[in-house]
Amino acid sequence: MIIVKDVTKRYARAVAVDRISFSVAKGQIVGFLGPNGAGKTTTMRILTCFLSPSSGTASVAGFDILEQPLEVKKRIGYLPETPPLYLDMETAEYLRFVGKLKGLAGAELEKRVNYVCDRCFVADVRNKLLGKLSKGYRQRVGLAQAIIHNPDVLILDEPTAGLDPKQINETRDLIKGLAGDHTIILSTHILPEVEQTCEQVLIINKGKLVATDSVRNLQARARDAESLLLEVAAREGRPDPLLVLQTLEAVPGVSHVLCTDSKDEGLIFEVQSLKGQLVRGDLARAIVGSGWDLCELRPTAKSLEEIFLQLTGSEAPAEAEKVVA
Amino acid sequence: MRNTWIICAKELRSYFASPIAYLLLTMFALIFGFFFWNALGYFVIEGMEMQMRGQSVAMNINEQIIRPLLSNTSVVGLFFIPMITMRLFAEEKRSGTIELLATSPVRDIEVIVGKWLAAMILYSCLLLFTAINFAFLFRYGNPDWKPMAVGYLGLLLQAGTLLALGTFISTLTKNQIIAGAGTFGVCLLLWVLEWTSGYETAGWAKVLAYLSVITHFDSFAKGVFAVKDVIFYLSGIFLGLFFTARSMESLRWRS
Repeated sequence: MIIVKDVTKRYARAVAVDRISFSVAKGQIVGFLGPNGAGKTTTMRILTCFLSPSSGTASVAGFDILEQPLEVKKRIGYLPETPPLYLDMETAEYLRFVGKLKGLAGAELEKRVNYVCDRCFVADVRNKLLGKLSKGYRQRVGLAQAIIHNPDVLILDEPTAGLDPKQINETRDLIKGLAGDHTIILSTHILPEVEQTCEQVLIINKGKLVATDSVRNLQARARDAESLLLEVAAREGRPDPLLVLQTLEAVPGVSHVLCTDSKDEGLIFEVQSLKGQLVRGDLARAIVGSGWDLCELRPTAKSLEEIFLQLTGSEAPAEAEKVVA
Repeated sequence: MRNTWIICAKELRSYFASPIAYLLLTMFALIFGFFFWNALGYFVIEGMEMQMRGQSVAMNINEQIIRPLLSNTSVVGLFFIPMITMRLFAEEKRSGTIELLATSPVRDIEVIVGKWLAAMILYSCLLLFTAINFAFLFRYGNPDWKPMAVGYLGLLLQAGTLLALGTFISTLTKNQIIAGAGTFGVCLLLWVLEWTSGYETAGWAKVLAYLSVITHFDSFAKGVFAVKDVIFYLSGIFLGLFFTARSMESLRWRS
């Protein structure tokens, strides 16, 4: 549905996007992930024909963005970072205007306006001025305007930015609900969002594409070597850190144990397991068998987050702060 | 064509849904009304003086009221045009709605002509107020309507040129004030260029005077339909809209 080939965008002083290539199949939801300023917006703007690439090209639904921009635009619904709203218009009036721009007319137009109003939960503000709407509603009207002409491809630039948690959930559900009929690219710098909504991930950093994979594969990659966090306490006083350390290290499959912190009653340990070994059960048995209490046992690898940080070269999870008690 | 009308209707709506249109119409009606009242006053006094002296020089409403008033209108228009065009693109760029227009299946030229047309229609509405005043002349005298019609055509053509330039300047910035001030500067300059012809007869002075939008209005004010002046204004409109199109296109490469 979308094919991007060697797209580069150069500005006077910087390269915003550096030879990016990827393709997206029909009906997929793809998460476009990267730190701020990585080139996500630029790439999306190129796909929507708002910007022209300095070199390379792309095609949407079989139409080249440089040769047939009008055909591409007909098939794309775009929600920019700030929803492009005319604040002096009312919701329905605005949607009608956008619908007309996208080529709808007459009864069909009214039908679509009603449909997107219901679908994006903005029916209750139909006759309100856009300027008087809250941020969440504006975002939803922005989404409604993007889907009004039932486009094949939806391009959403940070669709949940600036929303409150409840609105974020609603918007995510809305996007998931749209996935069947539309191919969706959504950009974000929020990781759980990708895990929750997307099937495929593109990670971009400093204008370069650093990873493309399915969410499941990336998560599996992250889980290869599991890292666990344990809190161990004793019924009376504190357990002896050295003793616990030895007990944990004795568990088969454990490669590395660190005592990272001590709390009022317990000690915190971080355990690295060998690749492909499930050690959680054995760890728990070892602790309880030695007469200590196991207060907490959870995986610390934040799946995508670690991969993301690794790939985008930001600072690794704060190793430096860890202290051996 | 359909898209042009959609854009035009949207622009007109935003002129008339906000105080902009009403403010401009009120100001213009007041200023023109004042001019009209003065011109009529002079005319009446002059007529009475002639009667007292027993002279019988023919007096002409067209020559003595309508023509100077149309010339005044063309100058007053220079001050109103920046206020009409300054928001056309600057506001879209500031609020980000330009992304909606640029990613919709409409051609740049349709957007540009739609916006310019809306500006032309608002300007025509201003001119309607002059017609209300002139209607009294037809009620109490019998001016010739033909030179008047030519005069109005001239006003529209002249405004068309300046509105096209204003539209272009509005694409250059996100700031309405800058767009307005820039357009005002250009309008004023295109008016005063003509002054050089008063003391200088060299070639360059003639070129400067020729570029002045005011010189080309003279023939229209007299009721003369001069093809060369029509062509001047039409080229001005074309040039303004052409620059606007180029400027919109450059956004795709620069921003």
